[in-house]
Amino acid sequence: MKRSFFLLVPALFLLAALTQAHAQGKYMTKTGQVSFFSTSPVEDIEAKNQQVAAVLDFSTSQLAFSLPVKAFVFKRTLMQEHFNENYMESDKFPKATFSGRFVAFDAATLATAGPHNVQVEGDLTLHGVKRPIQVPATVELKDGQLVALATFPVAPADYNIEIPLLVRNSIAKVVSVRVALTCQPVASAVGATTRPTK
Amino acid sequence: MYMRRSISSPLFTGLILAALFGLTNPARAQNDLLGDLEKQATDPLKREVVSATFKGTHVINSQSIETPGKGTLDFLIQHRFGTLNSGAYEFFGLDQAVLRLSFEYGLTDRLAIGVGRSSQEKTFDGFLKYKALQQTTGSRPMPVSVTLFASSAITTLKFNEPAVERTTASRVDYSYQVLIARKFSPGLSVQLMPTLIHRNYVAQSTMQNDVYAMGAALRQKLTKRLALTADYYYLLPGNTADTYRNALGVGVDIETGGHVFQLHLTNSRGMIEKFFVPQTDGNFFDGDIYFGFTVARSFTIKSNL
Repeated sequence: MKRSFFLLVPALFLLAALTQAHAQGKYMTKTGQVSFFSTSPVEDIEAKNQQVAAVLDFSTSQLAFSLPVKAFVFKRTLMQEHFNENYMESDKFPKATFSGRFVAFDAATLATAGPHNVQVEGDLTLHGVKRPIQVPATVELKDGQLVALATFPVAPADYNIEIPLLVRNSIAKVVSVRVALTCQPVASAVGATTRPTK
Repeated sequence: MYMRRSISSPLFTGLILAALFGLTNPARAQNDLLGDLEKQATDPLKREVVSATFKGTHVINSQSIETPGKGTLDFLIQHRFGTLNSGAYEFFGLDQAVLRLSFEYGLTDRLAIGVGRSSQEKTFDGFLKYKALQQTTGSRPMPVSVTLFASSAITTLKFNEPAVERTTASRVDYSYQVLIARKFSPGLSVQLMPTLIHRNYVAQSTMQNDVYAMGAALRQKLTKRLALTADYYYLLPGNTADTYRNALGVGVDIETGGHVFQLHLTNSRGMIEKFFVPQTDGNFFDGDIYFGFTVARSFTIKSNL
């Protein structure tokens, strides 16, 4: 009895150390979701992309996103075609990326439950145009997985996305982009040994 | 002293190396996080289907390899005026018009069904279109898209000569096509169309029941929303080729958002295969040119999301 107690204490310590390593480690996904909404008096347009690759590294406060533009799915097939052919020119610019960092975020706060607000800043590259943006986001550690959410506005005109006169009333000047990720921890040198296999 | 130095020296270099490593590692991670991610996320072997080879499901006279896509209903209004050389009295053809209305529906992303009604000879037609192969990029890419097309058309015209007994079967014609297309660049697409038209009934015994033809079509974009199009059918030698002409069409595709407008000039009056392949009689270069247009409107029946 006494002996097993002595074993339990270091085991608990080890577990605590591991979760700590988790909280400050690196998280990744290849199936994150990015959707966008355009609301106008004429019509609402919505598209969803489920092939978002993202990596969030809390040890360096860095994060990066990359998504294939062609993977956006629209309600209307024709809209999807126009989006790729005319607006995003997906053959020329197949990917949209973001590279940035967390501003003044202490990774240790991840250990406490619930979503934590964090400011993210970096460069969004869309349609071959790179622009600095600032985005408020939330991060939360849930069952060892990192859940990250963010919503931010994007103005197509800022990224040289031309909208012809005829459909100018159907497409919003500012499109709302929503990011939702569930990331798995990535094994690092310090050793997150309990990495769930997928 | 001397010995001690020789021991501390590798230790010292080791420390420096460790320090350097410790410093450079996060620095590298900062710069390359996106690069590493791209490397991991990009699968060079991934095959991607080439989309939008043609703007619409029709080029001019011909069907294109495109189908409406799952859950999408296309409504097409096809219009042909009279010939341009018919003179001022006929207002250069605008006084006369033939029309075809049709619905095309995508059962899946590859399979489509369609029905149509042409005012010419009061003809109903129904067709099936199946994307058998799709052009892809990536490793071991598929170089072409192949769509199979089968159509049957029935003429419901009342016949004037009561002496001639016409069974229902004798009013039916069939068309079969293999549409082979390649999108060479974002702007240029080319399509080849081996075609067989089977006619259950022909007026004279010298006329062919089976007419073979080879068609070709192309699309060249001029701007993002404007494209030049052309299609042509070469009748294989035979009675039909001797009596009729090869169908030729040239036109433009104009895209306006929800619609695709196709304006064209062609020597064929009919808008379905059984008319324009074996029955084109206009001489394009003599001014027997029909001005026509196609308007396609897409309706989303089942959402993709």
